[in-house]
Amino acid sequence: MTAVTFDSPAGAPARPQRQFKQLRYAGVLAKRNLIKLTRTPEQFIDVTLQPIIFLVLFYYVLGGALGGSLGSGGSRHLYLEFLVPGLLAQTIAMSSISIGQNMNADIEKGVFDRFRSLPIGRAIPLVGAVLAEFFRYLLVVVITIGFGYILGFRVETNFMSLLAAIGLSICFALSFAWISVWVGLKMRSAGSVQGVMMLLVLPLTFASSTFVKVSSMPGWLQAFVKVNPISHVVDAVRGLLLGSHAQLTDGVTTASAVGWTFVWIAGILVVFFPLAMRAYVRRT
Amino acid sequence: MTETELSIEATGLVKSFGETRALRGVDLHVRKGTVHAVLGPNGAGKTTAVRILATLLRPDGGSARVNGLDVVSQAGKVREMIGLTGQFASVDEDLTGTQNLVMIGQLLDLTKKEARARSAELLEWFDLTEAAGKVAKHYSGGMRRRLDLAASLVGRPSVIFLDEPTTGLDPAKREDMWDVVRRLISDGSTVLLTTQYLEEADALADEITVIDHGRVIAHDSPNGLKRVVGGQRLTVRAADPAREDDLRELLAQIAGAVPADEGRGTLTVPVDGEDVLPDVVSRLRASGISVEELSLHLPSLDEVFFTLTGTRSAGDARTASEVTV
Repeated sequence: MTAVTFDSPAGAPARPQRQFKQLRYAGVLAKRNLIKLTRTPEQFIDVTLQPIIFLVLFYYVLGGALGGSLGSGGSRHLYLEFLVPGLLAQTIAMSSISIGQNMNADIEKGVFDRFRSLPIGRAIPLVGAVLAEFFRYLLVVVITIGFGYILGFRVETNFMSLLAAIGLSICFALSFAWISVWVGLKMRSAGSVQGVMMLLVLPLTFASSTFVKVSSMPGWLQAFVKVNPISHVVDAVRGLLLGSHAQLTDGVTTASAVGWTFVWIAGILVVFFPLAMRAYVRRT
Repeated sequence: MTETELSIEATGLVKSFGETRALRGVDLHVRKGTVHAVLGPNGAGKTTAVRILATLLRPDGGSARVNGLDVVSQAGKVREMIGLTGQFASVDEDLTGTQNLVMIGQLLDLTKKEARARSAELLEWFDLTEAAGKVAKHYSGGMRRRLDLAASLVGRPSVIFLDEPTTGLDPAKREDMWDVVRRLISDGSTVLLTTQYLEEADALADEITVIDHGRVIAHDSPNGLKRVVGGQRLTVRAADPAREDDLRELLAQIAGAVPADEGRGTLTVPVDGEDVLPDVVSRLRASGISVEELSLHLPSLDEVFFTLTGTRSAGDARTASEVTV
């Protein structure tokens, strides 16, 4: 049996710079969440199969009918161009639900007590969990655009714009995830997290520029759709991927959509990160 | 550093959860390098006290220091010195034993290599080397507890909080855990342990604080606490139930007090000391009363609790299914 010593943390090495330490802790905890994800591969269904199924359904079932709504010469292919950026935003919003559910299930177990008793920043366990989501969101983007490519979707701009669209989508997803984290920490069960988040995500993603042109909607609804963050994300991605081909919402340019998306990313973070932290600290 | 230096010093801790007053002014003083047991039934406030001392909860009133550092204003520094093993094993079920410990090590600023070495060392110490690569979900209850305790020791804490470390373990595993606690002490750590097992506090602790309904109702050494409810007791049971009355009379003569009937023919009476034993034996022989049991003992902690609170704590506590607050 090995001799184990219990003297004060003398065995600990020289401590690195403070600001990098917290980042490193978040990385360690993100890795923990990734390991957990890989142990339950069914958690990847929402970011892998779901966008494929939705693309197939909307493209083949609705694409013929909806393509005509996009103006003269409207076709199923034209609808695909319209659909891929929209579905990307919707899938991102939908796939944010699972982090709230996981957080809800996780926090009831003692392991968060352990994190709280360690000399790391309070927010770090939550930040780590959200950072781990990065890989799921990257999968969403790659699979949605990749499967769209198989169906005939083409990026009309350039590689840098594609990267910008991917980056913007993931940034929005990482911000939107904090809403789910907050709901996850507030709800009593993982099942109710799903219910509450669906109530938020469905209206947000359908009452937006995701699936049809905003001009086809009644005026009162257009007022909502035009401030809806999902509409901004969709228009921004459309503009970045399709350039001049993009059918943007009236009065919107790619630049304005990108700008408003960043405003929303910051706005959601400013509101929901503190809310999530408060819920986390209070949940003991 | 002096002998009387305190590792844990809590004064007037108050904490409420809504209407429930979990702590109503608890004082705790734990000397460095000792085991201190906080004993009480479910709902007494044990876990709340530990969570405050381990910086997981803020007290509504009162103050607490660990190694001289305030648990509220210097919480970060306190966290560098403590290890916590909660009431429910706080290991990550989806991670292997090694992954759990390495993760904690990295969060405590060990490099990956150091964290791995520390992990291997602790896994061996807790007899988990073979299960090191297995996901903790598949561990037995005892293995989880051991992994949990190992996780709380990764940072070589000088103060260790063990919140009901043996609740739910079978007796053999409980003894194993007691050995672990004794070894922690021999290495110089201070241990604060909560328990509802009276024999556990008796077996491990240098000092015991008894709490009930959020208040300290007694604080002493195990022996000192036993003396609170009087001196030694003589317990005798007649082999022939028909001679019970004769036995009662004889004991009353010897002790000068009315023996208490403990049931099934067992009689207990307070006596002055062990000098009385030869006298008892010779008188029993002279009266021709044969006995099945004859013992001299200090009151059990169970009896201490009964004297202090007027309720049979241990029996209640072991059947209670409510969650300790």
